[in-house]
Amino acid sequence: MTDFPADSVLVLLEVTPDGALAKTNAGLLGAATGIGSPVALLVAPADSHATLAQGAAALGAGTVLTADADPGALIVPIVDALAAASELVHPVAVLASHSVEGRDAAARFAARTGAAVSVDAVAVERDDEGIVAHHSVFGGAYTTVSAATFAAPVVTVRQGAVDARAEPVATPAVSALQVQASGRPAAAVESFEPLEAASSRPDLRGAAKVVSGGRGLGSADKFALVDQLADALGAAVGASRAAVDAGYIPQSHQVGQTGVSVSPQLYVALGISGAIQHKAGMQTAKTIVAINKDADAPIFDIADFGVVGDVFTVVPQLIAALEAKSK
Amino acid sequence: MNIVVLIKEVPDTYGDRALSLETGLADREAVDAVLDEVDERALEAVLAYADEHPQTNIVLMTMAPESAMATVRKALALGASSAVHISDELLLGADLTLTAEVLAAALKRTGFDLVIAGEKSTDGSAGMLPAMLAELLDAPQLTSLSAVTIADDRVAGTRSTEYGTATVSAPLPAVVSLTEALPAARIASFKGVMAAKKKPVETLTAADLGVDAERYDVPRSIVVSAAERPPRAAGVKIVDEGDAGTQLAEYLIANRLA
Ligand SMILES: Cc1cc2nc3c(=O)[nH]c(=O)nc-3n(C[C@H](O)[C@H](O)[C@H](O)COP(=O)(O)OP(=O)(O)OC[C@H]3O[C@@H](n4cnc5c(N)ncnc54)[C@H](O)[C@@H]3O)c2cc1C
Repeated sequence: MTDFPADSVLVLLEVTPDGALAKTNAGLLGAATGIGSPVALLVAPADSHATLAQGAAALGAGTVLTADADPGALIVPIVDALAAASELVHPVAVLASHSVEGRDAAARFAARTGAAVSVDAVAVERDDEGIVAHHSVFGGAYTTVSAATFAAPVVTVRQGAVDARAEPVATPAVSALQVQASGRPAAAVESFEPLEAASSRPDLRGAAKVVSGGRGLGSADKFALVDQLADALGAAVGASRAAVDAGYIPQSHQVGQTGVSVSPQLYVALGISGAIQHKAGMQTAKTIVAINKDADAPIFDIADFGVVGDVFTVVPQLIAALEAKSK
Repeated sequence: MNIVVLIKEVPDTYGDRALSLETGLADREAVDAVLDEVDERALEAVLAYADEHPQTNIVLMTMAPESAMATVRKALALGASSAVHISDELLLGADLTLTAEVLAAALKRTGFDLVIAGEKSTDGSAGMLPAMLAELLDAPQLTSLSAVTIADDRVAGTRSTEYGTATVSAPLPAVVSLTEALPAARIASFKGVMAAKKKPVETLTAADLGVDAERYDVPRSIVVSAAERPPRAAGVKIVDEGDAGTQLAEYLIANRLA
């Protein structure tokens, strides 16, 4: 295979450590389809190529390039594959997830090739001048648009931010990519410990509804109240940094400046004061609900519906009322 | 052991940070500038190592406007023997690729066994510079570590990703980035503050590092427009008198949110 469309967009598929396609790929391929023809790069163990390529096609990848992964070497093999794919495809843009691994690979690729990078994009678009990326910065207080002065930009896409989805492709063109190892030194990955067993709750990133708990929950045991309301609403579970620091819940649930940024339809803050760094991760939610016993808590300044009250009395009543209505 | 800690001055996240709508760059007048908290934690991890290993030479490095000198001195007050401050008007608004080129050149010049940075800054939030530096310096990267162990000839740690944690290690020299899971920084002592005033700070320009900051034959990332989002207004606020849970349920159902 030597011919790629002139508007090819190279998409670095995100593969989870247990060898599956990450949920972020649907948004990546959706974004890519909006600006050109996606060419997906799959870096994964050889025996999973066929299945994963078919999975990528179902998300809109018409062309899939495959390369072998070396799970024992951190990032470098992915960058080598990305460099080989870019050389072959001559894309108009390279898209990767703004996940830890995606942004590491995108960063090294950009440094290696001297490409311009647009980070943590919430949307990508093509205008008269070329490809532009949209960003939500300073905790959503501003929106910016960035572009490369020329040549193909490397764009990392915020996880869960792109709702666009591509049409499934029935039979993708799959081909093995020739990769020349760069020989750059890589850290050794000695072992991997997955996060808590995948729950049936939605992922925080990209969730339509989020229920978050703060220090006001008081203990890890009592934090279960947040889970209960989340389940009653079909929501994902989030937390403030204080709740994470207190050990109520793992860091992966932290919402805010240094945690996850969410933009759900509904955000419910329980026992969260509304520090500016927390608001930075959730103030672009469509509807914000807050329950806090301090009437002066800053979270009320941005809440569409605020309840001054104790979470331990208001929330059980709320759950009961929701359950009664759904019967 | 020579350890270079990369530090960044950022607008204080406790303030209402502002962006110039003309340039798309942070408005430095809007709020106070502080040392990014995650960099303080990274520095603390290195200082804790140096407490046990007195032979450690710690150099702080930053690329920032001249005005960042006060922040450099504050960081020096916590510890470290010297600093390198790359300050050049031509680097104002430098994109990631150029910033990485400049810092890589400075790191090569200073020399290092270990480069340590915060995982990502609170203003740019890219989290990509450490990996870019590893690439340019031909050194292994150990990024997003929530725990780190430094040995004489190796570094190891726990890398936290969205999917779990990996145990990673590499021989030195290496590039490491640390997350906010690490302990908060110590408080500077009076002695530290006084000593910091006399610590050597080398100031360099891009030209000193052999970097041409004004090349137009390489692609750069630019901000083409910036806009402020309208502030959010507060809505209804009720005080619980025994039925707030029920009222909230009604609100959610009426708005098709439950
Ligand atoms: C660089 C930096 C980055 C940061 N990043 C983040 C971030 O990403 N995310 C984040 O969340 N924070 C972040 N922070 C921390 C932030 O400043 C706050 O400390 C944190 O958000 C506070 O969490 P909280 O609201 O749970 O706790 P608190 O501020 O202690 O608030 C607890 C609230 O619970 C209420 N409460 C107590 N009991 C009850 C009850 N029974 N019923 C109802 N209400 C009750 C109290 O009235 C209070 O308002 C960051 C800080 C810095 C400096």
